[in-house]
Amino acid sequence: MKVTLRELTKEFPSRNKKSKEKVVAVNNFTFEIPDGKLVGLLGPSGCGKSTTLNLISGLEKPTRGRVFFGEEDVTDLPPEVRGVGLVFQNYALYPHMTVLQNILFPLQNLKGDKKLTKEQMLQKANEAAKLVQIGELLERRPSELSGGQQQRVAIARALVKMPRILLLDEPLSNLDARLRLQTREELRRIQRETGITTVFVTHDQEEAMSISDMIVVMRSGVLEQLGLPQDVYDDPENLFVAKFLGTPPINVFAGEVKNGGLYIGKQRVLSVRGAGDGSVTVGIRPEGFIPREGGALTCGLTAVEVMGRDTSVVCTHPNSLNSGIRAIISSESRHGVGGDTVSFDLKPSKVHLFGVVNENRIRAELTPPESEAGA
Amino acid sequence: MDDKYLKRERQRKLAGRIAVYAFLTLWALMVLFPFYWMVLTSIKSYSAYNSEYVPKFIAEAPTLQNYFDAFTAVPLARYFLNTLVFTVGTTALMLAVTVLAAFAFARLDFKGKNLVFTLFLALMMIPSELVIITNFQTVTNLGMRNTYQGLILPSVTSVFYIYLLKENFEQIPDELYKAAKVDGTSDFKYLTKVMIPICRPTIITVVILKVIECWNSYVWPRLITDDKAYFLVSNGIQEIRENGFGRENIPAMMAAVVVISVPLIVLFLIFRKKIMAGVSRGGTKG
Amino acid sequence: MKTAYGRSLPRRKARPGHKRGLKAWLYLLPAILFLGFFMVYPLVDVLIYSFEEGYNSASQTFLGVGTYNYSYVLHDPYFLQAVKNTFVLVIITVPVSTGLALLISLGLNSIKKLKELYQTVYFLPYVTNTLAVGLVFMILFKKTPYTDGMVNLLIGLFGGKSVDFIDGPHWAKMFVLCFYTVWVVLPFKILILTSALASVKQDYYNAAKVDGTGKWRIFTRITLPMISPMIFYLVITGFIGAFKAYSDAVALFGTNLNAAGMNTIVGYVYDMLYGDSGGFPSYASAAALILFAIVFTITVINLAISRRRAIY
Repeated sequence: MKVTLRELTKEFPSRNKKSKEKVVAVNNFTFEIPDGKLVGLLGPSGCGKSTTLNLISGLEKPTRGRVFFGEEDVTDLPPEVRGVGLVFQNYALYPHMTVLQNILFPLQNLKGDKKLTKEQMLQKANEAAKLVQIGELLERRPSELSGGQQQRVAIARALVKMPRILLLDEPLSNLDARLRLQTREELRRIQRETGITTVFVTHDQEEAMSISDMIVVMRSGVLEQLGLPQDVYDDPENLFVAKFLGTPPINVFAGEVKNGGLYIGKQRVLSVRGAGDGSVTVGIRPEGFIPREGGALTCGLTAVEVMGRDTSVVCTHPNSLNSGIRAIISSESRHGVGGDTVSFDLKPSKVHLFGVVNENRIRAELTPPESEAGA
Repeated sequence: MDDKYLKRERQRKLAGRIAVYAFLTLWALMVLFPFYWMVLTSIKSYSAYNSEYVPKFIAEAPTLQNYFDAFTAVPLARYFLNTLVFTVGTTALMLAVTVLAAFAFARLDFKGKNLVFTLFLALMMIPSELVIITNFQTVTNLGMRNTYQGLILPSVTSVFYIYLLKENFEQIPDELYKAAKVDGTSDFKYLTKVMIPICRPTIITVVILKVIECWNSYVWPRLITDDKAYFLVSNGIQEIRENGFGRENIPAMMAAVVVISVPLIVLFLIFRKKIMAGVSRGGTKG
Repeated sequence: MKTAYGRSLPRRKARPGHKRGLKAWLYLLPAILFLGFFMVYPLVDVLIYSFEEGYNSASQTFLGVGTYNYSYVLHDPYFLQAVKNTFVLVIITVPVSTGLALLISLGLNSIKKLKELYQTVYFLPYVTNTLAVGLVFMILFKKTPYTDGMVNLLIGLFGGKSVDFIDGPHWAKMFVLCFYTVWVVLPFKILILTSALASVKQDYYNAAKVDGTGKWRIFTRITLPMISPMIFYLVITGFIGAFKAYSDAVALFGTNLNAAGMNTIVGYVYDMLYGDSGGFPSYASAAALILFAIVFTITVINLAISRRRAIY
């Protein structure tokens, strides 16, 4: 089921009762979720991603704009007739019911011609339980389950009535690091097996990048960018998206474009074509640094952290806008690094230019600088 | 799912809301009406009240005479003062005893602590009706009838408050105690300078509950006082009802009732949030 | 004391602990004194009293030991009347007040506007003097030569016949007593249930809503089970409180409750102890112990049921 949001806006009355101003949680949102995909809604907390989820589920009514499931306009429909399954951040399992009762609960609500016999319900519940691999836990109560198991029960409960859309609110945030890794694979598998269009909300970019078919980056109610995870990472449309994606985060410098070159400090680090002269903000991904004696960019060396396969080089530069620069290099190339300073060549594909004021991407062609001899 | 469906749904919601408000308002009136009636009656003159076979809902010639009578014809001021002394004395003593005991249970280690605490808890189940008989005999034999000591001392202890405060004290992290010990703070100083300030909300709760309890207490004062000079307001009201004002002077009676009710109501309106939070944590009545 | 290394700690270390133990007892001393003198000793004493036959308050002597006091109390028509009154009061007021409180709390939880105002108003009876407001109730319900009273006026409006609720038939007096009791105990119950309802996480309701659960089903399958511990708590404390009813009755019918036929068990105990019919601490003790036995039994039954029904 394809989901389309058209010019969706949600305003809340301000918390400060006296002010008449409204808080815009979601601002003029338009995008389309393709059928059968796993989509990650990504953004810092308070960016309106949960509100967006609630607008899709119907728990909240939009102030303006429409929501479509396929071709059907569901904007005015209450949640129960939309056919959505919802998994809550803290799972919201009914503590006084067993796992089986929890999973059966949505089925028992069905009325009219959708009503099922007891056997049909049990069969469906068992199928759902099997899908999430909790078949042996059916008689337990939620309080007797681990966080990961509760999560599975919540998913089973959401899936049992075969929703058209599955929505998950921060599905992994209550799990510990190891379980999180495991569960996200699990989510991916369940989504593949059922083929249900799935939207999940997260503030963890790694989580979103790793399993989504498509990610949607939001900031203060506004859609910043959407696309395939790798595309968004490689080709951010603005500084916010560039900074938000990737661990360690992108390194940001104050730079300048002049004479067809990109300068950081006094050093010409890359050649530029297609950008006007002037100050720019330069973003360099940690993996965009290649250490080379006499390289284009010279930094003060703070520390070399060996992390096995990779090595992380922490250094400083007067033009850096972060507290420190972090470069990830392969462990083999670490051997030349030492002393007070370190020099790097830059991979042009890992370097992005942004406007200093509007922080939008400046699309320019970057190439390695001409050899010193040519300058 | 057409417009009609949505419209009908909206109408049903509105009707439901009106029904809810009507029901809530009905009960609110039930609660408020006695208060309205007592104020109303208290400002009607004696003759006006008695001449109304069908009671009127407004006072046509409001008068404050009844309030004057309430303070002069019966020693209402005295009842007030007694209640104040009783409330303050009982609450202060209770607080001291409770805080010290709760501190010992929460913070100090000693042999038999668990046993003693279990015994304390067991006492929580004992209804006051059971012990009041002997206390009555004891206080009578000690010649403390019609004294403040006789009124106050048996009303001091409350195991439940010790329990409540102990639970709260125990939530203070051990590190604070260790830090204080390292700085050479004595146990008593730690109690007064650290624990009591941190647990102030609970202590306020306990005080509020005790004050309400004291202000409304009737049974024990009735048993232990027969001298009007030591009556509390509850007993005073009963006395006024049975022998006061010479005749069935209901307006004057109501004036006394208003005067007695006002302090707690004012206290409640000022500390509304605290009192309600406190009662929901530790109160029982009814 | 053995350490992890299997050696005993030096004796020197044990002494401060000993000293601290003493200090702890010092902190406990006031509480122990008060409780010992006014709770533990009376508890033992009341048992003794209840078995001392023919106790004379003035000379503090008694004739013998036995169960006569219990048998006297159990055959005293005033006591039997008091037991009957108390049971009627309990059976009517506990379910009615709990149910009404639940209805009101549900209403309160479903509204936003004026919620605080309603809550404040509903709480008022909690902070009023039971005796004082009881007097107002008496006036509202009483029928005198001068006036039929407010309530009878209302009854007349609906075409009913006026009744004296204070000095009239027993059922009418019982009605007023129950009504006033409910009025007095509701604030606490509303407060507890409102906060219990508010503490049910919105997520549960959202989950149910997404699943298309009907209102009634949400109430019976989610709300009610979630707040059931609090309901059981209220029922248990309600039973205990109603069994100890006394001052509400005094407020309405005066101190001579036996004459009004409206005495309660607690009232009987006090009447035996003090006042015109007083001076019989042995009878009072026996009656108090019987009351305690009744309350205890019912509380145990209640707890057993609640343990079976309140599932989590």
